[in-house]
Amino acid sequence: MRLIINKIFLAFSVISALIGLGFLAWILVTLFIKGLSSLHLALFLNDLVNGGLRNLIVGQLVLAFLAALIGIPLGMVAGIYIREYGRGKYPELIRDLSDIMVSAPSIVIGAFVYSFAVAPFGGANGFAGVIALSIMMIPIIINTTDSMLSLVPKELREAGMALGASKYRVILDVVIKAAKVGIMTGILLAFARIAGETAPLLFTSETSNYFSLDLTDSFPSLTVSIYNLANEPEKSSRDLAWAASFILTVMVLLINLFGRYLTRNKK
Amino acid sequence: MPVMNIKKFSFTYAGVEEPSLNNITLPIEKNKITALIGPSGCGKSTLLRSMNRIHDLYPGNKYDGKIELLDLETKKYRNILDIKKENEFIELRQKVGMIFQKPTPFPMSIFDNVAYGLKIAGIKNKTELADRVEASLKGSALWKEVHDRLNKSAMGLSGGQQQRLCIARAVAVKPEVILFDEPTSALDPISTGAIEELIVELKNDVSIAIVTHNMQQASRISDYTAFMYLGDLIEYDKTENIFLNPKEKRTEDYITGRFG
Repeated sequence: MRLIINKIFLAFSVISALIGLGFLAWILVTLFIKGLSSLHLALFLNDLVNGGLRNLIVGQLVLAFLAALIGIPLGMVAGIYIREYGRGKYPELIRDLSDIMVSAPSIVIGAFVYSFAVAPFGGANGFAGVIALSIMMIPIIINTTDSMLSLVPKELREAGMALGASKYRVILDVVIKAAKVGIMTGILLAFARIAGETAPLLFTSETSNYFSLDLTDSFPSLTVSIYNLANEPEKSSRDLAWAASFILTVMVLLINLFGRYLTRNKK
Repeated sequence: MPVMNIKKFSFTYAGVEEPSLNNITLPIEKNKITALIGPSGCGKSTLLRSMNRIHDLYPGNKYDGKIELLDLETKKYRNILDIKKENEFIELRQKVGMIFQKPTPFPMSIFDNVAYGLKIAGIKNKTELADRVEASLKGSALWKEVHDRLNKSAMGLSGGQQQRLCIARAVAVKPEVILFDEPTSALDPISTGAIEELIVELKNDVSIAIVTHNMQQASRISDYTAFMYLGDLIEYDKTENIFLNPKEKRTEDYITGRFG
């Protein structure tokens, strides 16, 4: 009897795993077929007005990089505070808030940013998109920094202090170095996450058909344009959306793989 | 003239009613090795960690009594329990170094590990740094093994080598006292032997207090031994007297393995 239950359970697990993996494979295969068939070099040389994706790719990366420029330092400093300096109830409070923020629906963050960075200024602008993405990024960085620092043994901090170093020197010279790989990986995964977001940009920076680096106006975005293109009736637009999806997936996948490569090799 | 004098010292951990150490009075003799022995929970590590006030990383502990440190230049004692300012803590910890149970190499090169305390102390001159790193590594019997890979990460060394590196790092800042907190309990017998030899050699330059679970170790290397039990100092004497001729029944019972 036990053997039969065992076999049923095993079969059930295998089938569940196959269903999950099956969908993943289906997505990737569809993306590959539809995306690759629409992919050609001209996409990287022309802007969307001329049927290319150049401005969108650059725009998406610019938004993500600027958001990372705000989100990484703020998130790291906050993470260091709650793990190394915080006393009493505040670190727990920030930790809980940060956990909630990580799971906050990204469209809500978009709406929130719209209320103070878009509406008062009378239109979509790149700054609002950057703010929305950095708000998404900060709690992820806080959580990674916090948990990676928690893995550094307390003896290492004590050893630094025992040599006469002050607390901030020990944190900067020793503790962060010991947690470096983990924090780097977390940052890359957070970057990959925000680089592929649509909802926070949908009504903050929107998108643009033209090449632009002007953050005071609507800003080109690959993800938002995929959303728009997919809703167009013409086949050419939808093919372009497939190509854009393929490029986005490859970008995010590469950042992810690089993050994993870092952890595997340095630890 | 002892380098440290612990006088009527009591210690209570934050959030605990009962003190962990009661009324301890004990000298740490200059250029000698003083071993602190006793069963787990007797307070020997707590006492050791009071001697450089590393406890203060965690707030709320209570000290009572005095721990005096001799200033080797002025020949005057100063009560380290009075210390409140950051720069005085830094000065104290430069005079009283510490080695931990598990080796604690920093995630940087072998050279930078040894140079770390020196840089903290404000030494910037490259040749002086290099000279003192070399001298410390030679003094810790590690130079021969690492001289051709000083720029490699210290994490690649074996456990025993890492512990000797930590000793080199502590020695480099020329402390008056080095505190060893069970420095060999994570090491194999051969590495343990090397560390023990090293500690005995070090006493020409510094005074040493060592916490150990290993009574053979205490009897092999120490000049004085303090036996502690449940937060009290039961007996302190020359090591040979403690091991061959203890005055207290409890000391004898512990030494002969009847409890602990």
